[in-house]
Amino acid sequence: METSPYLFLTVFLVIAILFPLGPLALAWIWAKKFSPAKPGAQKNATYECGLESKGDALIQFKAQYYLYGIIFLIFDVETIFLLPFAVAFTGLSVGAFLAMMVFLLLLVEGLAWAWMKGVLTWK
Amino acid sequence: MDEGLRSELSKQGIFTTKLEELYNWGRKNSVWPLQFGLACCAIEMIATSMARYDLARFGAEVFRPSPRQADLMIVAGTVTKKMAPQVIRLYNQMPEPKYVIAMGACAISGGPFKQGYNVLKGIDRYIPVDVHIPGCPPRPEALIHAFMTLQRKIDEQKLTGPNRPRHLVADAPSEFPIPEFGEHDLVPPSNPKIWQPPERARA
Repeated sequence: METSPYLFLTVFLVIAILFPLGPLALAWIWAKKFSPAKPGAQKNATYECGLESKGDALIQFKAQYYLYGIIFLIFDVETIFLLPFAVAFTGLSVGAFLAMMVFLLLLVEGLAWAWMKGVLTWK
Repeated sequence: MDEGLRSELSKQGIFTTKLEELYNWGRKNSVWPLQFGLACCAIEMIATSMARYDLARFGAEVFRPSPRQADLMIVAGTVTKKMAPQVIRLYNQMPEPKYVIAMGACAISGGPFKQGYNVLKGIDRYIPVDVHIPGCPPRPEALIHAFMTLQRKIDEQKLTGPNRPRHLVADAPSEFPIPEFGEHDLVPPSNPKIWQPPERARA
Protein backbone atom coordinates (compact mmCIF):
# COMPACT_ATOMS: atom_id res chain seq x y z
CA MET A 1 0.00 0.00 0.00
CA GLU A 2 1.36 3.33 -1.00
CA THR A 3 1.42 5.91 1.77
CA SER A 4 0.66 9.49 1.11
CA PRO A 5 3.73 11.79 1.12
CA TYR A 6 1.79 14.10 3.37
CA LEU A 7 1.51 11.44 6.10
CA PHE A 8 4.85 12.50 7.57
CA LEU A 9 3.69 16.07 7.70
CA THR A 10 0.63 15.01 9.65
CA VAL A 11 2.75 13.02 12.08
CA PHE A 12 5.09 15.98 12.52
CA LEU A 13 2.13 18.30 13.03
CA VAL A 14 0.71 16.09 15.78
CA ILE A 15 4.10 15.85 17.49
CA ALA A 16 4.64 19.59 17.11
CA ILE A 17 1.34 20.25 18.84
CA LEU A 18 1.82 17.67 21.59
CA PHE A 19 5.40 18.64 22.37
CA PRO A 20 4.64 22.12 23.74
CA LEU A 21 1.18 21.29 25.03
CA GLY A 22 2.35 18.26 27.03
CA PRO A 23 4.66 20.11 29.43
CA LEU A 24 2.15 22.94 29.74
CA ALA A 25 -0.61 20.49 30.67
CA LEU A 26 1.72 18.73 33.09
CA ALA A 27 2.62 22.03 34.74
CA TRP A 28 -1.07 22.96 34.93
CA ILE A 29 -2.02 19.64 36.52
CA TRP A 30 0.92 19.91 38.92
CA ALA A 31 -0.12 23.40 39.93
CA LYS A 32 -3.71 22.27 40.46
CA LYS A 33 -3.03 19.04 42.30
CA PHE A 34 0.25 19.29 44.15
CA SER A 35 1.54 22.82 44.50
CA PRO A 36 1.08 24.23 48.00
CA ALA A 37 -1.01 27.24 47.11
CA LYS A 38 -1.11 29.89 49.77
CA PRO A 39 -2.73 32.86 48.12
CA GLY A 40 -2.97 36.23 49.78
CA ALA A 41 -3.69 39.84 48.97
CA GLN A 42 -0.04 40.78 48.54
CA LYS A 43 0.88 37.61 46.70
CA ASN A 44 -1.90 38.17 44.21
CA ALA A 45 -1.06 41.84 43.73
CA THR A 46 -0.38 42.87 40.15
CA TYR A 47 2.72 44.89 40.86
CA GLU A 48 5.46 42.79 42.32
CA CYS A 49 8.57 44.78 43.08
CA GLY A 50 8.14 45.44 46.76
CA LEU A 51 6.56 48.84 46.49
CA GLU A 52 2.85 49.38 46.70
CA SER A 53 1.25 50.77 43.60
CA LYS A 54 -0.41 54.12 44.11
CA GLY A 55 -3.26 55.71 42.22
CA ASP A 56 -4.65 54.69 38.87
CA ALA A 57 -2.63 53.58 35.89
CA LEU A 58 -5.28 54.88 33.48
CA ILE A 59 -4.32 58.56 33.51
CA GLN A 60 -4.01 61.10 30.70
CA PHE A 61 -0.64 62.66 30.21
CA LYS A 62 0.36 65.51 27.94
CA ALA A 63 2.11 64.52 24.76
CA GLN A 64 4.82 67.17 24.34
CA TYR A 65 6.37 65.76 21.24
CA TYR A 66 3.93 67.16 18.68
CA LEU A 67 5.26 70.68 19.33
CA TYR A 68 8.75 69.51 18.46
CA GLY A 69 7.31 67.88 15.37
CA ILE A 70 5.71 71.10 14.14
CA ILE A 71 8.72 73.30 14.87
CA PHE A 72 11.01 70.76 13.23
CA LEU A 73 8.88 70.85 10.07
CA ILE A 74 8.92 74.63 9.98
CA PHE A 75 12.59 75.25 10.55
CA ASP A 76 14.23 72.16 9.13
CA VAL A 77 12.14 70.54 6.41
CA GLU A 78 11.19 73.93 5.03
CA THR A 79 14.88 74.80 4.55
CA ILE A 80 15.42 71.63 2.54
CA PHE A 81 12.64 72.63 0.15
CA LEU A 82 13.52 76.32 0.05
CA LEU A 83 17.02 75.80 -1.34
CA PRO A 84 15.99 73.96 -4.56
CA PHE A 85 13.10 76.41 -4.84
CA ALA A 86 15.51 79.36 -4.82
CA VAL A 87 17.91 77.68 -7.27
CA ALA A 88 15.16 76.85 -9.79
CA PHE A 89 13.18 80.03 -9.16
CA THR A 90 13.70 81.72 -12.57
CA GLY A 91 12.67 78.67 -14.55
CA LEU A 92 9.51 77.82 -12.61
CA SER A 93 6.02 77.81 -14.09
CA VAL A 94 3.19 79.72 -12.43
CA GLY A 95 1.58 76.49 -11.20
CA ALA A 96 4.76 75.32 -9.48
CA PHE A 97 5.23 78.77 -7.95
CA LEU A 98 1.70 78.73 -6.56
CA ALA A 99 2.12 75.20 -5.19
CA MET A 100 5.31 76.29 -3.41
CA MET A 101 3.52 79.34 -2.01
CA VAL A 102 0.71 77.15 -0.63
CA PHE A 103 3.31 74.91 1.00
CA LEU A 104 5.04 77.92 2.57
CA LEU A 105 1.70 79.34 3.70
CA LEU A 106 0.85 76.11 5.51
CA LEU A 107 4.17 76.19 7.34
CA VAL A 108 3.89 79.88 8.19
CA GLU A 109 0.45 79.19 9.60
CA GLY A 110 2.04 76.57 11.82
CA LEU A 111 4.70 79.06 12.91
CA ALA A 112 2.05 81.69 13.68
CA TRP A 113 0.07 79.12 15.68
CA ALA A 114 3.14 78.05 17.67
CA TRP A 115 4.04 81.70 18.27
CA MET A 116 0.54 82.40 19.58
CA LYS A 117 0.74 79.38 21.85
CA GLY A 118 3.93 80.81 23.35
CA VAL A 119 6.10 77.89 22.30
CA LEU A 120 8.86 80.16 21.07
CA THR A 121 9.34 82.01 24.35
CA TRP A 122 12.23 80.69 26.38
CA LYS A 123 11.12 79.89 29.91
CA MET B 1 11.61 0.34 54.23
CA ASP B 2 13.99 -0.76 56.90
CA GLU B 3 17.34 1.05 56.86
CA GLY B 4 19.34 -2.18 57.20
CA LEU B 5 17.62 -3.79 54.24
CA ARG B 6 18.17 -0.63 52.31
CA SER B 7 21.91 -0.52 52.87
CA GLU B 8 22.07 -4.26 52.15
CA LEU B 9 20.33 -3.67 48.83
CA SER B 10 22.60 -0.75 47.96
CA LYS B 11 25.62 -3.00 48.52
CA GLN B 12 24.14 -5.33 45.93
CA GLY B 13 23.79 -2.45 43.52
CA ILE B 14 20.07 -1.88 43.98
CA PHE B 15 19.14 1.69 44.65
CA THR B 16 15.93 2.31 46.56
CA THR B 17 14.35 5.63 47.37
CA LYS B 18 11.19 7.10 48.75
CA LEU B 19 8.90 9.51 46.96
CA GLU B 20 9.60 12.02 49.70
CA GLU B 21 13.35 11.76 49.22
CA LEU B 22 13.00 12.02 45.48
CA TYR B 23 10.81 15.08 45.89
CA ASN B 24 13.22 16.71 48.33
CA TRP B 25 16.19 15.81 46.15
CA GLY B 26 14.57 17.66 43.28
CA ARG B 27 13.61 20.57 45.49
CA LYS B 28 17.00 21.09 47.06
CA ASN B 29 18.79 21.06 43.72
CA SER B 30 16.62 23.66 42.05
CA VAL B 31 16.47 26.48 44.54
CA TRP B 32 16.17 29.76 42.69
CA PRO B 33 17.27 32.81 44.65
CA LEU B 34 15.62 36.17 44.34
CA GLN B 35 17.87 38.62 42.55
CA PHE B 36 17.98 41.23 45.20
CA GLY B 37 20.84 42.83 47.11
CA LEU B 38 20.80 45.51 49.74
CA ALA B 39 24.40 46.44 50.46
CA CYS B 40 27.99 45.25 50.26
CA CYS B 41 27.03 41.60 50.95
CA ALA B 42 25.33 41.67 47.57
CA ILE B 43 28.75 42.03 45.95
CA GLU B 44 29.84 38.79 47.60
CA MET B 45 26.56 37.23 46.50
CA ILE B 46 27.28 38.30 42.92
CA ALA B 47 30.79 36.86 43.22
CA THR B 48 29.31 33.59 44.46
CA SER B 49 27.14 33.30 41.41
CA MET B 50 30.03 34.03 39.03
CA ALA B 51 32.50 31.62 37.49
CA ARG B 52 35.10 31.55 40.26
CA TYR B 53 32.77 30.29 43.00
CA ASP B 54 30.02 29.06 40.69
CA LEU B 55 26.79 28.69 42.61
CA ALA B 56 25.48 26.89 39.53
CA ARG B 57 27.08 23.72 40.90
CA PHE B 58 24.25 23.67 43.44
CA GLY B 59 21.47 24.32 40.96
CA ALA B 60 20.99 27.85 42.17
CA GLU B 61 22.45 29.97 39.40
CA VAL B 62 19.08 31.19 38.20
CA PHE B 63 18.67 34.44 40.07
CA ARG B 64 15.11 35.46 39.40
CA PRO B 65 14.30 39.16 39.19
CA SER B 66 10.67 38.45 40.08
CA PRO B 67 9.54 37.19 43.48
CA ARG B 68 6.92 35.08 41.70
CA GLN B 69 9.61 32.75 40.40
CA ALA B 70 11.97 32.65 43.36
CA ASP B 71 12.27 30.11 46.18
CA LEU B 72 15.03 31.63 48.22
CA MET B 73 15.52 35.12 49.52
CA ILE B 74 19.11 35.98 50.33
CA VAL B 75 18.87 39.07 52.51
CA ALA B 76 22.28 40.41 51.54
CA GLY B 77 23.02 43.56 53.45
CA THR B 78 21.80 46.19 55.85
CA VAL B 79 18.04 46.39 56.07
CA THR B 80 17.08 49.95 56.84
CA LYS B 81 13.77 50.65 58.43
CA LYS B 82 12.67 52.33 55.24
CA MET B 83 13.50 49.22 53.23
CA ALA B 84 12.10 46.65 55.65
CA PRO B 85 8.43 46.86 54.51
CA GLN B 86 9.54 46.32 50.91
CA VAL B 87 11.67 43.31 51.86
CA ILE B 88 8.77 41.76 53.73
CA ARG B 89 6.38 42.47 50.89
CA LEU B 90 8.77 40.79 48.46
CA TYR B 91 8.96 37.81 50.79
CA ASN B 92 5.17 37.67 50.94
CA GLN B 93 4.98 37.68 47.18
CA MET B 94 7.23 34.66 46.79
CA PRO B 95 5.39 31.38 46.24
CA GLU B 96 5.61 28.54 48.75
CA PRO B 97 7.83 26.78 49.65
CA LYS B 98 10.24 29.62 50.33
CA TYR B 99 13.40 29.97 52.34
CA VAL B 100 15.45 32.85 53.68
CA ILE B 101 19.18 33.17 54.18
CA ALA B 102 20.20 36.12 56.35
CA MET B 103 23.58 36.97 54.91
CA GLY B 104 26.03 38.95 56.98
CA ALA B 105 26.04 40.70 60.31
CA CYS B 106 23.64 43.41 59.18
CA ALA B 107 20.86 41.10 58.07
CA ILE B 108 21.26 39.08 61.27
CA SER B 109 21.42 41.86 63.82
CA GLY B 110 22.10 45.24 62.27
CA GLY B 111 25.83 44.56 62.40
CA PRO B 112 28.14 47.57 62.63
CA PHE B 113 25.17 49.84 62.05
CA LYS B 114 23.14 48.36 64.89
CA GLN B 115 23.18 51.63 66.85
CA GLY B 116 21.85 53.55 63.87
CA TYR B 117 18.38 54.97 64.35
CA ASN B 118 17.31 53.83 60.92
CA VAL B 119 18.67 50.29 60.87
CA LEU B 120 16.53 47.22 61.41
CA LYS B 121 18.22 45.03 64.00
CA GLY B 122 17.81 41.78 62.15
CA ILE B 123 15.40 40.71 59.44
CA ASP B 124 14.31 37.74 61.57
CA ARG B 125 12.14 40.16 63.53
CA TYR B 126 9.65 40.07 60.67
CA ILE B 127 10.23 37.00 58.50
CA PRO B 128 11.34 33.47 59.43
CA VAL B 129 15.03 32.98 58.62
CA ASP B 130 16.32 29.49 57.82
CA VAL B 131 20.07 30.04 57.75
CA HIS B 132 22.13 32.82 59.29
CA ILE B 133 25.66 33.47 58.03
CA PRO B 134 27.92 35.67 60.13
CA GLY B 135 30.56 37.82 58.49
CA CYS B 136 31.03 41.38 57.37
CA PRO B 137 30.65 40.57 54.58
CA PRO B 138 30.74 36.76 54.52
CA ARG B 139 33.03 35.34 51.87
CA PRO B 140 31.49 33.48 48.94
CA GLU B 141 32.55 30.21 50.57
CA ALA B 142 30.43 31.14 53.57
CA LEU B 143 27.42 31.77 51.35
CA ILE B 144 28.01 28.44 49.65
CA HIS B 145 28.19 26.83 53.08
CA ALA B 146 24.92 28.46 54.03
CA PHE B 147 23.46 27.24 50.81
CA MET B 148 24.58 23.68 51.50
CA THR B 149 23.13 23.96 55.00
CA LEU B 150 19.84 25.02 53.48
CA GLN B 151 19.99 22.12 51.05
CA ARG B 152 20.52 19.74 53.94
CA LYS B 153 17.58 21.30 55.73
CA ILE B 154 15.35 20.87 52.69
CA ASP B 155 16.57 17.31 52.27
CA GLU B 156 15.67 16.39 55.84
CA GLN B 157 12.20 17.89 55.76
CA LYS B 158 9.44 15.34 56.29
CA LEU B 159 6.45 16.00 54.10
CA THR B 160 3.98 14.50 56.55
CA GLY B 161 3.61 14.57 60.30
CA PRO B 162 3.74 17.41 62.79
CA ASN B 163 7.20 18.60 61.67
CA ARG B 164 6.27 19.05 58.04
CA PRO B 165 7.40 22.31 56.43
CA ARG B 166 5.33 25.43 56.80
CA HIS B 167 3.97 25.44 53.27
CA LEU B 168 2.22 22.10 53.83
CA VAL B 169 0.48 23.26 57.00
CA ALA B 170 -2.93 24.56 56.01
CA ASP B 171 -3.21 26.88 59.01
CA ALA B 172 0.20 28.52 58.58
CA PRO B 173 -0.16 32.09 57.38
CA SER B 174 0.61 32.79 53.75
CA GLU B 175 1.74 36.33 54.42
CA PHE B 176 3.53 38.05 57.23
CA PRO B 177 2.27 41.43 58.40
CA ILE B 178 4.12 44.39 56.97
CA PRO B 179 5.15 47.04 59.50
CA GLU B 180 4.13 50.64 59.05
CA PHE B 181 6.26 53.73 59.50
CA GLY B 182 5.58 55.03 62.99
CA GLU B 183 6.69 58.20 64.66
CA HIS B 184 10.03 56.83 65.86
CA ASP B 185 10.19 53.23 64.74
CA LEU B 186 8.43 50.66 62.63
CA VAL B 187 5.05 49.71 64.03
CA PRO B 188 5.11 47.01 65.32
CA PRO B 189 8.86 46.85 66.02
CA SER B 190 8.83 43.08 65.52
CA ASN B 191 6.47 40.23 64.74
CA PRO B 192 5.91 38.61 68.14
CA LYS B 193 4.72 35.37 66.52
CA ILE B 194 8.12 34.61 65.04
CA TRP B 195 10.53 36.64 67.12
CA GLN B 196 10.76 37.31 70.85
CA PRO B 197 13.42 39.55 72.38
CA PRO B 198 16.00 37.41 74.17
CA GLU B 199 15.88 37.39 77.95
CA ARG B 200 18.58 39.59 79.33
CA ALA B 201 20.62 37.74 81.96
CA ARG B 202 21.10 39.99 84.96
CA ALA B 203 23.64 39.21 87.60
